[in-house]
Amino acid sequence: MRESIIMKIHYGTALGAVALVTIHILFRMTQNFSESLQYQNVIANYHLLPYALMLEVVLILLSVHGFNGLRVILLELKQGIVYEKLINYGSIGAMAALIAYGSRTILMAGMGMS
Amino acid sequence: MAVETISKTPEVSLPISSDSITLRISRFNPKNDLSPIFAEFKVPIQKWTTVLEAILFVKQNLDHSVAVRYSCRQASCGSCGMRINGKPALACYTKISELNSNIVTVEPMHNFPIIRDLAVDFKQMFANHKKMKPYIIREDSEIASDTKEFLQTPEEVEKYLQFSYCIKCGLCNSACPTMATDESFIGPQGLAQAYRYVADNRDDGKKERLKIIDQSHGIWRCHFAGSCSHVCPKGVDPAMAIQLLRGYLLGFRK
Repeated sequence: MRESIIMKIHYGTALGAVALVTIHILFRMTQNFSESLQYQNVIANYHLLPYALMLEVVLILLSVHGFNGLRVILLELKQGIVYEKLINYGSIGAMAALIAYGSRTILMAGMGMS
Repeated sequence: MAVETISKTPEVSLPISSDSITLRISRFNPKNDLSPIFAEFKVPIQKWTTVLEAILFVKQNLDHSVAVRYSCRQASCGSCGMRINGKPALACYTKISELNSNIVTVEPMHNFPIIRDLAVDFKQMFANHKKMKPYIIREDSEIASDTKEFLQTPEEVEKYLQFSYCIKCGLCNSACPTMATDESFIGPQGLAQAYRYVADNRDDGKKERLKIIDQSHGIWRCHFAGSCSHVCPKGVDPAMAIQLLRGYLLGFRK
């Protein structure tokens, strides 16, 4: 993939994440901070489908942005064909693993499994 | 860098001067030395003495083995770039009196392999410059018999003029923090030259050049520190060129 497309995705995911995390923080402010962290309240977020979907999107946006950022930093630190391939594919793999693990958590919490 | 120093003072009678400075020159031969050392020289100066003149005084009177690259002595050839008191600058364009210091330290530029002492290897920078296709690309020619010269309005010239002032001295690449870690990075010099031709309305090679710079060690690795523009002795603003090129790649500019 061309680097400009990757960077468009990088900037887009950053903007999207800022917008959705802002919504997330505003939702937290509807109650006290300590209350919002109580078990029942946290689980209730996952039972509300639109909110759970928003958390899933936040997870995807932050994973894509974060791991691409890490990829860029690592590419600047060291160069070499094998190393760069390792970093590129490693980042995609780590990104997919984190999204899969996070989605599993969201799904399980949404379905009432613990 | 090692702090070992070699001090030398002139043994012969020198031009009369009320002022003198200590010139510290980094000495390093990668073939023989493990790390650079500083050689110190007492150099008489006048108000108008440049750092290059001080180095040449050392070569002429104290130690002829000091390696330095220079040519025009008027900031046109881009040969005498070096770190002067820690900052990348042209030795011929920096007056000692402007440095406000009795000790002047000269070192080779960062981000370039050292050939010897103050002389660095420009091979990679010139290769990157060449990669940018630094010439007008178009089908027709202004030198064919049935064609006329390609006329441009002052506004069209203004779009790229400052970038054509680049003398390839390498100071921008030396100041670039990305180049310090990413040796595959094209660098501000190459990217500014890419913009110089992309912005030229006589040129049809925009797509080709944008493709070259749009790679993993290309334009996107610039963090916009702006130090390249800060050190340029010719007033070129590579940081701006990079941002304008990004505009093309992000679709803000056509």
